[in-house]
Amino acid sequence: MRNPSVETQGLPARGAHAADEPLLAVDNLHVEFHTRQGVAHAVNGVSYSLNAGETLAVLGESGSGKSVTAQAIMGILDMPPARIPAGEIRFHGTDLLKLSDKDRSQIRGQRIAMVFQDALSALNPVFTVGWQIAEMFRVHRGMSRGDARKKAVELMDRVRIPGAKQRIDDYPHQFSGGMRQRIMIAMSIALDPEVLIADEPTTALDVTVQAQIMELLAELRQESNMGLILITHDLGVVADVADKIAVMYGGRIVENAPVHDLYRNPGHPYTKGLLESIPRVDLKGQELYAIKGMPPNLLEMPSGCAFHPRCPYRRDECATAVPPLYSISGTRSSACHYWREVFDGGSR
Amino acid sequence: MAAHGETILEVRDLVKHFPLTQGIVFKRQVGAIKAVDGVSFDLRRGETLGVVGESGCGKSTLAKVLMALERPTSGSVTIDGKDIGKARGSELKRMRRNIQMVMQDPYTSLNPRMTVGDIVGEPFEIHSDVVPKDGRRQRVQELLEVVGLNPDHINRYPHQFSGGQRQRIGIARGLALQPEIIICDEPVSALDVSIQAQVMNLLDRLQKEFNLAYIFIAHDLSVVRHISDRVAVMYLGKIVELGKDNEIYEKPSHPYTQALLSAVPVPNPDGRESRERIILQGDPPSPANPPTGCRFRTRCWKAQDICAKEEPLLQIRPGTDHLSACHFAEAHDVVHAQ
Ligand SMILES: Nc1ncnc2c1ncn2[C@@H]1O[C@H](COP(=O)(O)OP(=O)(O)OP(=O)(O)O)[C@@H](O)[C@H]1O
Ligand SMILES: Nc1ncnc2c1ncn2[C@@H]1O[C@H](COP(=O)(O)OP(=O)(O)OP(=O)(O)O)[C@@H](O)[C@H]1O
Ligand SMILES: [Mg+2]
Ligand SMILES: [Mg+2]
Repeated sequence: MRNPSVETQGLPARGAHAADEPLLAVDNLHVEFHTRQGVAHAVNGVSYSLNAGETLAVLGESGSGKSVTAQAIMGILDMPPARIPAGEIRFHGTDLLKLSDKDRSQIRGQRIAMVFQDALSALNPVFTVGWQIAEMFRVHRGMSRGDARKKAVELMDRVRIPGAKQRIDDYPHQFSGGMRQRIMIAMSIALDPEVLIADEPTTALDVTVQAQIMELLAELRQESNMGLILITHDLGVVADVADKIAVMYGGRIVENAPVHDLYRNPGHPYTKGLLESIPRVDLKGQELYAIKGMPPNLLEMPSGCAFHPRCPYRRDECATAVPPLYSISGTRSSACHYWREVFDGGSR
Repeated sequence: MAAHGETILEVRDLVKHFPLTQGIVFKRQVGAIKAVDGVSFDLRRGETLGVVGESGCGKSTLAKVLMALERPTSGSVTIDGKDIGKARGSELKRMRRNIQMVMQDPYTSLNPRMTVGDIVGEPFEIHSDVVPKDGRRQRVQELLEVVGLNPDHINRYPHQFSGGQRQRIGIARGLALQPEIIICDEPVSALDVSIQAQVMNLLDRLQKEFNLAYIFIAHDLSVVRHISDRVAVMYLGKIVELGKDNEIYEKPSHPYTQALLSAVPVPNPDGRESRERIILQGDPPSPANPPTGCRFRTRCWKAQDICAKEEPLLQIRPGTDHLSACHFAEAHDVVHAQ
């Protein structure tokens, strides 16, 4: 299915792997927005990486910079107001931020694709879904109308839209939320991308529909050995599907870890607090553990570690020194000066 | 949990249909959206009844009818022995005082042009006999304190507060008239994970302090389990299963409840490969045209001929110890939400 004719010169060929480079690596990425109220530092040094066939979950609360990072990877940030003062986004080892607009557009949607949270507003209401899917093949693959239409039916089948042939001429509003999200997924995988970024793909959906969509994404990933970045704030979804996790807080990565390690033994006080605040059967009727205080305001980010005003482990140093992402092991890192104490389950 | 008092709210065969009309000048009714279609339950003093179910199953409509914000199509809502549908004038006003609501969205449910003091004190304007005018400011400050807000912030506006704080403002307002029943419609869904636990703890504390009865609507099943004494599962306008929290979560007997619980992701990756998962096919049918007999039968793996012919009533069935509206109800251990 891979189509070599669209490879651009100077860009790595599909599947051609630099030996010790991950498929996609975000390295010390910074993104700021210049607004009337000041400069909002939305992303302050984010690093994470993804290999082929892997699922990376990006977890974090509202405003922590998950979507902005994804938009930077896709190259769909409006600049200005956005600016990327530092960082690299390496795809097969090539820094996407250094590419020309033309080269970048060869990657966007074709080799790195994205599914957005709100499928209804991402689909064009005035065109049939079949036309919108077929358009991908006409524009990017130069297919004829008839062939593109056939491919569209195939794809709708692949994302399991019942009666795809009959429904191809329906408009987005004629589908349920879950169906629309499937159509969005169909469009995003149309060109067989190597990386799929799914930004809260099920947040607006019911759990039963969420289960269908997550199953679909897992199957598609396996079939084509695609790397999947799943952005979510749901600790349940993460535990279900992730191979590894990047936890974000205040525009930074506070922890990177394989899924089992993170749930068994979190390495950052924020992650630990989140896990402890999940209601548990054996604690029914008792007060829940709650992280105190509130998420930070981007325009007045706390000094030092952004989590320190809420942190039970904090010391004086935390208010002044920004913790680097300490490497804990080959696969784990934590941005806490006192990660050892967190690890040992030290007292708060 | 705590021992509960006598029944404070009695709901019987409650129905709310929204007319579906056609035509612009001469509106003709061509059908009805059966948002709530025959719901019965009791709520006791100091108790929490959780209500779960998929989007569009009628949870918010039920809440609005209980609040007398919508008139029921038929059926009755009885508060403290009095039918709210038959009450008029000052009696209706007094009954309304006793049942208050906390809304889902702390961002849009507060008027941005009113100060916190005005918002929390507004019920005193409507029910002017509750607190004399010169005592209201102090009363509002007390309420702010109760929900953990700084009483000195009484003159601030909603945008000066975070989501969790705004939800507290909504809760303070709900408490103003000292109701015995509070309906919480998705009170924590719009909040960040790290803030949800704070609001849950607050609701829990207030319940104990004031012996409140809650109807707690939420789509997060583990949150519902944490706070509820009993849980009602709704599907397409009907309660399909109703029981104590343990009965529903440990021994669900309705296939829909089983599917719902098994779809909830468990926040623990251990053993995820071997977890049983019932993946429902398709979407819920339209409430304008629900299936005959059992409404769940079109997505049910147990469906037989009888399910299309005969509507299963909500009753205790052989082999289960709580109410279930399935001809083939059968306790089943699912790997469920924690
Ligand atoms: N165009 C913009 N102009 C100014 N600020 C912006 C812009 N886009 C995003 N931001 C800010 O950047 C921060 C990070 O936003 P982002 O959308 O990445 O958060 P998120 O982690 O995806 O949150 P959510 O879970 O709510 O989707 C936010 O504080 C947001 O207000
Ligand atoms: N004012 C109205 N007029 C017509 N139909 C309505 C009205 N209010 C609600 N409905 C319909 O009634 C059904 C039940 O809606 P309701 O808002 O009670 O669902 P819900 O269970 O609260 O869903 P959610 O979880 O999405 O909040 C839906 O099909 C809805 O579209
Ligand atoms: Mg986002
Ligand atoms: Mg609702």
